[in-house]
Amino acid sequence: MPEIESARGKLVTESYKQTEALPIIRRRSSAFAHILRNIPIVIRDGELVVGSATIAPRGCQVFPEYSYEWLLGELDTVSTRPADPFYISEKTKSELREIFPWWKGKTTSDLARANMAPEAYEAFTEHSIFTPGNYFYNGIGHVCVDYGKVMKIGYRGIIAEAEGALSRLEVSDGDYASRSNFLYAVIESCEAVIEYARRYSALARDMASRETNPQRKRELEIISRNCARVPEFGATSFYEACQTFWFIQLLLQVESSGHSISPGRFDQYMYPYFKKDIDEGKITYEQAQELLDCLWVKLNDINKVRDAASADGFAGYGMFQNLIVGGQDIHGMDATNDLSYMCLEASMHVPLPQPSISIRVWNGSPEPLLLKAAALTRLGTGLPAYYNDEIIIPSIMARGLTLEDARDYCIIGCVEPQKAGKTDGWHDAAFFNMCRPMELAFSNGYDKGKKIGPDTGDVADMRSFEEFYEAYKAQQSYMIKLLVNANNAIDMAHAVRCPLPFQSCMVEDCIGRGKSLQEGGAIYNFTGPQGFGIANNTDGLVAIKKLVFEEKRFTLVELREALKANFGYGVKGASAEKLTIEIATELARQGLNVTEDAIHTIYDEVTNQTSLSEAQRTRYKEIKRLIEEEAPKYGNDIYEVDMFARDVANSYTREVEKYKNARGGIFQAGLYPVSANVPLGASTSATPDGRLAYTPLADGIGPASGRDVKGPTATANSVARLEQGVASNGTLLNQKFHPSALAGMGGLSKFVALIRSYFDQKGMHVQFNVVTKETLIDAQNNPEKYKTLVVRVAGYSALFTTLSRSLQDDIINRTEQGW
Amino acid sequence: MPQDIKGRIFNIQRFSIHDGPGIRTIVFFKGCFMRCAWCCNPESQSREIETIIERGKPKTVGRDVSVADIMPEILADLPYYRRSGGGVTLSGGEVLCQADFARELLIACKQAGLHTAIESASSAKFEEIEKLLPYLDLYLMDIKHIDSAKHKEYTGVSNERILENARKIAQSGVELIIRTPVIPGFNDTPEEIKAISHFAKSLTGVREHHLLPYHRLGMDKYEGLGRNYSLKEIEPPSKERMEYLLSVAETSGLICKIGG
Repeated sequence: MPEIESARGKLVTESYKQTEALPIIRRRSSAFAHILRNIPIVIRDGELVVGSATIAPRGCQVFPEYSYEWLLGELDTVSTRPADPFYISEKTKSELREIFPWWKGKTTSDLARANMAPEAYEAFTEHSIFTPGNYFYNGIGHVCVDYGKVMKIGYRGIIAEAEGALSRLEVSDGDYASRSNFLYAVIESCEAVIEYARRYSALARDMASRETNPQRKRELEIISRNCARVPEFGATSFYEACQTFWFIQLLLQVESSGHSISPGRFDQYMYPYFKKDIDEGKITYEQAQELLDCLWVKLNDINKVRDAASADGFAGYGMFQNLIVGGQDIHGMDATNDLSYMCLEASMHVPLPQPSISIRVWNGSPEPLLLKAAALTRLGTGLPAYYNDEIIIPSIMARGLTLEDARDYCIIGCVEPQKAGKTDGWHDAAFFNMCRPMELAFSNGYDKGKKIGPDTGDVADMRSFEEFYEAYKAQQSYMIKLLVNANNAIDMAHAVRCPLPFQSCMVEDCIGRGKSLQEGGAIYNFTGPQGFGIANNTDGLVAIKKLVFEEKRFTLVELREALKANFGYGVKGASAEKLTIEIATELARQGLNVTEDAIHTIYDEVTNQTSLSEAQRTRYKEIKRLIEEEAPKYGNDIYEVDMFARDVANSYTREVEKYKNARGGIFQAGLYPVSANVPLGASTSATPDGRLAYTPLADGIGPASGRDVKGPTATANSVARLEQGVASNGTLLNQKFHPSALAGMGGLSKFVALIRSYFDQKGMHVQFNVVTKETLIDAQNNPEKYKTLVVRVAGYSALFTTLSRSLQDDIINRTEQGW
Repeated sequence: MPQDIKGRIFNIQRFSIHDGPGIRTIVFFKGCFMRCAWCCNPESQSREIETIIERGKPKTVGRDVSVADIMPEILADLPYYRRSGGGVTLSGGEVLCQADFARELLIACKQAGLHTAIESASSAKFEEIEKLLPYLDLYLMDIKHIDSAKHKEYTGVSNERILENARKIAQSGVELIIRTPVIPGFNDTPEEIKAISHFAKSLTGVREHHLLPYHRLGMDKYEGLGRNYSLKEIEPPSKERMEYLLSVAETSGLICKIGG
């Protein structure tokens, strides 16, 4: 289990206590320098590339300047929680308990809350309409800096740039104070990084002097030499470039707790060093591959502790360090090189979650590169993710990027495109649950007994489908306004309390403008909140249109009651307990005396719905059956339904893009949930698509689980009908495959053809879960976990868990044999 | 031939990747001359529309369609055919039971520029086969056994006409691939496989012989149809066994492979 360490937390607190008289940007660089001078360092056994944030492998530090209350509250449970547990020693706990109280009222989170409109804060905290929790509690991250520049000129070169900018300032300039402070902060940060690398150089030299194994001794001597040279100066070899890369990657994640610090187009900016060494015979392909493999392992050495609720949403210790290969260069020519292949190879050698490896695909992508990627997909790690240049480039140009910058995009975090080194994308700004405004349309804006949305009328009075659809859109548009308010409140808090001079010095044009990324120093500024639940809303709206208004099988009022009653199925387990508490709290708030007996009665009602008559129960179940069986579903290549989904998606994306952010940029929507469709589904009642309360919502822009029955081509055709280009913060399509579909070279090339065909139709992203033999065996033993696992059985697709044991065995054997 | 001729099919399966080149859509015809005990599509055998119990629910198997009815679904995957070199495969059941409908469907597919294939055991009269040949790019023909008596015992029909048809199809010049389902206890000895492969080699222009390992993936469907699956005790051949049989088949000099 990874471990939480206290060193950074203690050092940042020490520094802050001593710098209260300084402007914030200088306090940040002072704290960063104080941390880098004093944080314990370690070279792990056998490492060729060095630099670790923690003594324990895969450990994490804490960042109290962003928020701390959640961790203070979870110190005793963080090691035993189900999602992403962290070990924490009693000593660390007591150290953290000592430093945390000083931060009261001083965090970005505190300021964000003060900045936020009360109704936006409530919509987020009380009603789970959306959650901007990630940046509310943590650093922003989600950036790809200009790694290539540091490799070329070193931090010495960047210091020179900052000094040049300083020398051009006039002390009489109106903004002299802010600009000069920023530039001094950049210089202090870069000097601190150089000094940090020297600490590693000294440590390696020291270890080498005591090392008895001659090979390791030699390795340590080279490490010492590397760290004495880079990242202070430009790299002179591929090995030095790798070490430079790692210091940048690591220290961005020491300066701030933001995740999705993405290496971006690694195969491009590393290539000149690789090619030179190969051409001059200084390195072999095998040696270069070994260095890449080492970096891949190092990318898994970084970790982050999140609050328990967020850990559910990002389950799997996700760091989302996205590294992308292939695609076009700035001239529109194919950019694939040897390193593109070797990066994919590294991901085959190192089957760990990091880096999140991605591949850019365009019409000119060489087939062998895609076949190599497909072979990686076949291993079943869910990697790589595939991205389509042909839609992403025009889509981000429409947001103001130049043609050259757009062609040079990389991917941040999960699926978000940006031009590296020029952008503060604020991707992943929030999750917006599109099913919640739909609920508000049924309740005329009421949630948990409180009016939180606009008046859109009683559904009993709605005479046409359009009236209902407009009510949904009106609720949604209002909630998007609150979302924008929440995002901008948080954005401004980061600018005021946590500007990041080190990160900013590697993004254009922070040095030129003399301000940090957080204050709008980047060329391109965006805020990207993502919506999800398209499939649920589409299937629900199609059912309402057909069954309520066209065929009059039931009324909107009946449907509202059926949804309230969870279609007569009651609520079980943890959701029932949660709901009971909510109802009891609400009753208490209304001034009623809620006794223990009353709580039992509520719980009984929630689980068994004793107040429902048998007739009601039967009717509600019948309504669910009608919705499931008699209304067409998104994901089956049905033009009318898919166009409906397009309109639903646009109702979010076209609304979000109307707004401006606090850094002078615009909002742009994404359509993907990471894994938030599960925890946010757990706070969503039954939906009119027949989905039961508190179950997961649909994943990404794909169909609702198990409702696409026509195979992968039909699913892809449906999804391609969405206007994905408007979701320029990224879209996500997950497809599941049985490995037999990728067997042999023939299987791989058909698989590549499938991707290319989806991309021909302007799909933006796709990734594949290939079911492994282990997954199928697990499904056999724990069927409740795999209710939606589909396998292809002699001409039809079947739910794996419904098949007989012997048939399951046959399918498992076929997985192994790869036929 | 009128365009509104109806055919009886029981499934259209998209993203099929084992029945001809590239990504394909398979149209499954209902009704078959044979009654192979291992058939993985038992619902394909009877010409009648039937009810099958699938996952506890009754489902109607078989519907009558015109060419115009089903072309939109076939054309929906055009981008995938284009990228993969795929197309349409007619399968069954036995396509040749409804050769006139098959002919109209193939014409429509060729007019749309699609690659066409048929999967057939070819026990029909050759004049039925002849109706289709001008519109076919690929003929996937099953040869299950060289011994006629054994063939009849396990499939319900003897094989003389099949082998005769194979020669005539080969001579017609259409690309012909011979496929053999490898069924333990029926045709999985090296001698039996070798005989089929050498027969295939003797056909003009045939270059490939595919061995399709027996599987039980259609077993649950027998139960769903209220029928008995007589091969319950038979295990699918092991990977080693299949590779051994492959090496035997390869002695014919053909390109042989496991799976389609």
